[in-house]
Amino acid sequence: MKIVVLPKQTFDTEAKITLDAAGKINREGVNLIMNPYDEFAVEEALRLKEKHGGEVTVVSFGGPKVPDILRQALAMGADKAVHVGDEGLEEIDEHTTATILAKLLRDLEYDLILAGWRAIDDGSAQVAGRVAEILGLPMVNMVIKLDIAEGKAVASREIEGGYEVVEVPLPAVITAQKGLNEPRYPTMKGIMQAKKKPMQKLTIADLGLGGEEVAPKVRARRYYLPSPRSQGKIITGEPAEAAAELVRLLREEAKVV
Amino acid sequence: MPQKGGAFLLEDISPQEMFTPEDFSDEHRMIQSTVADFAANELAPKAEELEHQPEGVMRELMRKAGELGLLSADIPEEYGGADLGKVASCIIAENVVPGGSFAVTHGAHTGIGTMPIVLFGNEEQKKKYLPGLASGELIAAYGLTEPNAGSDALAIRTRATLSPDGKYYLLNGEKMFITNAGLADIYITYAKVDGEKFTGFIVERNTPGFSLGQEEKKMGIKGSSTRSLIFEDAKVPVENVLGEIGKGHLIAFNALNIGRFKLGAACVGSCKLALEHAAKYALQRVQFGRPIAKFGLIQHKLAMMAAKTYAAESVVYRIAGLLDEVTADKKEGPAAVEAISEYAIECSIAKVLGSEALDYVVDEMVQIYGGYGYIQEYPAERFYRDSRINRIFEGTNEINRLLIPATIARRAMKGQLNFLGAAKALAQEILNLRPFLPADDGQPLAQERQMLAMAKKLFLFLGGQAVEKYMDKLAEQQEIVAILADLAIQIYAMESAVLRALKAHAAGQGEKKLLLAKLYVHDVYPLLERWAREAVCYLFEGDMRQTQLSIARRLTKYQPEDLISARRQVAAWVLEAEKYTT
Ligand SMILES: Cc1cc2nc3c(=O)[nH]c(=O)nc-3n(C[C@H](O)[C@H](O)[C@H](O)COP(=O)(O)OP(=O)(O)OC[C@H]3O[C@@H](n4cnc5c(N)ncnc54)[C@H](O)[C@@H]3O)c2cc1C
Ligand SMILES: Cc1cc2nc3c(=O)[nH]c(=O)nc-3n(C[C@H](O)[C@H](O)[C@H](O)COP(=O)(O)OP(=O)(O)OC[C@H]3O[C@@H](n4cnc5c(N)ncnc54)[C@H](O)[C@@H]3O)c2cc1C
Repeated sequence: MKIVVLPKQTFDTEAKITLDAAGKINREGVNLIMNPYDEFAVEEALRLKEKHGGEVTVVSFGGPKVPDILRQALAMGADKAVHVGDEGLEEIDEHTTATILAKLLRDLEYDLILAGWRAIDDGSAQVAGRVAEILGLPMVNMVIKLDIAEGKAVASREIEGGYEVVEVPLPAVITAQKGLNEPRYPTMKGIMQAKKKPMQKLTIADLGLGGEEVAPKVRARRYYLPSPRSQGKIITGEPAEAAAELVRLLREEAKVV
Repeated sequence: MPQKGGAFLLEDISPQEMFTPEDFSDEHRMIQSTVADFAANELAPKAEELEHQPEGVMRELMRKAGELGLLSADIPEEYGGADLGKVASCIIAENVVPGGSFAVTHGAHTGIGTMPIVLFGNEEQKKKYLPGLASGELIAAYGLTEPNAGSDALAIRTRATLSPDGKYYLLNGEKMFITNAGLADIYITYAKVDGEKFTGFIVERNTPGFSLGQEEKKMGIKGSSTRSLIFEDAKVPVENVLGEIGKGHLIAFNALNIGRFKLGAACVGSCKLALEHAAKYALQRVQFGRPIAKFGLIQHKLAMMAAKTYAAESVVYRIAGLLDEVTADKKEGPAAVEAISEYAIECSIAKVLGSEALDYVVDEMVQIYGGYGYIQEYPAERFYRDSRINRIFEGTNEINRLLIPATIARRAMKGQLNFLGAAKALAQEILNLRPFLPADDGQPLAQERQMLAMAKKLFLFLGGQAVEKYMDKLAEQQEIVAILADLAIQIYAMESAVLRALKAHAAGQGEKKLLLAKLYVHDVYPLLERWAREAVCYLFEGDMRQTQLSIARRLTKYQPEDLISARRQVAAWVLEAEKYTT
C-alpha cells in the first residue's frame, strides 16, 4: 500500500508568540516542530505499512527548516520525503498550500493520504479538505480509529455524544485526531538511517506552478496579541464570607453568573 | 591531525579547529530533541517515584531507553549498537538528566559498565553481552572500589584463584558502593590473580558464591542502587576474564576516562536544567512588589550560572569532537583504547570542571529559591543533594587533579609533550617579557586571548620552577600539583569558551557567546594570580621570591572591565529565554 502523509512544520507548543516591527508573527529564534496532529498521521501510516506492507512518503510545503520534520518522519520509519520550498511566495493561505500539495500529489502514486486534522498554529483545518476536493477524493475528518481492508477504509470519528463509523473507498484522504494512536519516538538507529533515505527538494516552478494560481485568496489584515491577563484576586476572610464575596464579584464584576 | 592530549598548554589552535555545539549535525540535533522529548514525557514524571526505588521501575525505564537506542551510542553496530559517536553520546547523557537518578543508572551502565567490554572484550564476550547491554535487557555495573581501596584502587584485596580443574576463577573479597548493583545482570569487576596480578572479570548475577550487600542509605541520587558485591569463592568461568591477566588496571583506568568525560556531560545537562528551574522561579516569585528576577543580586547568580555552564559545555563538546575524530576508524579494542587514553588529561578536566560548575549552580539554585530551596516539595533540594556525588565518584576531584600534572609529566618524560623545552624557552623570554598588550587584530576578545596566552606562560613558568626544584619528588608537593592542575583546568576552560565564541562570531552567531566567554575569563582570572602567589611564596624565599612574584604579577596583569553590566546582560538573555541560552 502506498501512503502519502502531509505534515506541516509549526511553532513549538511552548513558543512565545511575538509580533515583529511590521506587525507579522515573529519567527526569529522560535523552536519549530512537526504539527502534533500530523505526528498521529505519520504514526498511523507507519502502522499501516507495518501491517500491510508498502511505502510511506512524507510531503511538506514550507520554508528552509521543513527538512527537519521530514527527517523526523524518515527517522520514525517513513521511506522517502519531498519538500516543496516556499521561495518567492510572500503570502500564502490554505488555497496556496492545498494547490501546491495537490499538484505534487497528482504525480505520486497513493492509496491513502493522511494528514493531521488541523495545524496547531493557524488552526484553519482546511488544507487536507481542499486537497481532497481538488483531487476529487473522498475524505474522512478527525479520525480516531482506522482500518484498511479490501480497498476500503473504515474509520471511526468522534461526534457529539458518540461515535460514527464510516466507510470510504480508497484512495481517500483521512485526517487524524488525538486518540488515533501514540506516536513513536524516532530511534537512534532510525535517526542515523534517515540521512540515507531520499529527500527530494522541489520549487513551485518545478511543479509548473506560479503567479495567480498560488496567490492567496485570503489575506490577513492584522495580527494582534491577546491583552495580557489581569492580576488574579485573592479573597481572604472566613470561608462563608469569602464564598459570599466570591459570588458577589462573579455576579457584579465579572458578570458571569 | 587533531591536537594531541595536553598539548593545549603548549600551543594554540584556531577556533575553526575546535568542535562546538554549534557544529552539531542534523542527526545530532534530532537526537537532542528526541531524547529531550523522551525525558520530558517518560523520565521526568518518574523522577520523584524513583527516589524510593520502587520495584521494576528503573528497569522498565532502562528497557524503554534501550528500545530507543539510548544505551547503544558507544556500541558498534555489529553488536547491536547504534555507533553514534561521542558527541551523540554526550547529547544523550546531557538530556536524560530530567530523569534524576535515572541519569546515574544510565551513566554507569553506558559508561563504566559497558565500555570495558567494548574496549577490552574478546569476540565471544562482545557477542554475548553487548546486544543485551544495548537493548537494556542486560544492565551493567562496575565494581572497582573496595572498603580499603577507594582512591587507591590498585590496592584492592579481592583475590582470584584458578580452580583445580582450570575452568573457573574463585573470587574472594568485597566491592563497596557499586552503582546499579541491585539491578545489574553483569558486573565488571577486578581481582588480583594469585593476590598479585590485577585482572578484570565479567561476573554474571547468578554466579554461585556471589551476593549483594544491603542498599546504602545515601545523601542523594537515592533512586540509583548502591550496594556492595560480596564474593565468597564465587565461581567465575575462565572465559569471563576481561582482557589479559595482570592488565586489569588498563581496563579500570580507561573505562574511567570515558566515564569521567560522560560525567562531565551529565553535569552540564544538570546545570542547564537547574538554571532553567531557577530562571522560571525568579520570574514568578514576587518580593518587594517585584519578581526577584528584577534584582541585581539574583541576576548576578543567573549570569554566573550561565557562564560556568557555558564553559563546561564548551569543554565537554570540544573533547567529544576530539574523541570522535580520533576514533572514527577505531571503535573498539586496543586501537580505540590508545586513541581515547591520549585524552586522559582532558577527560579529568571535564570531570572536575563539570562537577564543580554543577555544585556552584545548584548552590545558587537553592539560594534563588530562598526557603523553598530547602523544602523537598521544590526541585532545588534534590538537585542540591544529587549533585554532590559527582565530585566524589569516578575518581575524586582531588585524585583527578593529581592525575593532570602527573600525566603531563609522564608524557614530557617520554618526549610526547615538549614541556621542558617550552619551559626553558620561556625562562629566556620571561625576564624581558613585553608589557601587557592585547593583540589588535580586529577580532573580538582581544584582551581575553592575551590573558589566555599569559595563563599558558604562567603554567610553564610555575610548572618549570616546580619541576626544577622537586624533580621526580614533585608528587609529594600536592598543593603545588593542585595549583598546576587548576591552572591547566582553567586554561582549557577559558580557551574552549573563547574559541567557541570566536567560531560562532565568525559565523555571525557570536553575540551571547562572546559575552559569556568574557564573563567566564574575567571571573576566573583573578584566581590565577592568587595561585601563582601561593606557589611562588612556597617555592622561593627572600629576593628570589620578590623577583618571581613580580614575574607572576606581570603574567597575570590585565585591564579590569565592567562585569556588572555584562552579568546583567547575560541574565536578561537567560530570563528572556527562561533557560540557559547561548
Ligand atoms: C553513590 C556512590 C556510587 C559509587 N559508585 C561506584 C561504582 O559504580 N563503582 C565503583 O567502583 N565505585 C563506586 N563508588 C565509589 C567511589 O568511586 C569512591 O567512593 C571514590 O573513589 C572515593 O573512594 P573512598 O570513598 O574510599 O574515599 P577515599 O579514597 O578514602 O578518599 C577520602 C578523601 O581522601 C582523598 N584522598 C584519597 N587519596 C588521596 C591522595 N593520594 N591524595 C590526596 N587526597 C586523597 C580523597 O580525594 C577524598 O577526599 C561510588 C561511591 C558512591 C558514594
Ligand atoms: C527550615 C526553615 C525554617 C524556617 N524558620 C522560620 C521561622 O522560624 N520563622 C520565620 O519567620 N521564618 C522561618 N523561615 C523562613 C525564612 O526566614 C525565609 O525562607 C527566608 O527569609 C527567605 O524568604 P523566602 O523563602 O520567602 O525567599 P524569598 O524572599 O522569596 O527570596 C528568594 C531569593 O530572592 C532573594 N531576594 C529577595 N528579595 C530580594 C531583594 N530585594 N534583592 C535581592 N534579592 C532578593 C533572596 O535573597 C533569595 O535568594 C524558615 C525557612 C526554612 C526553610
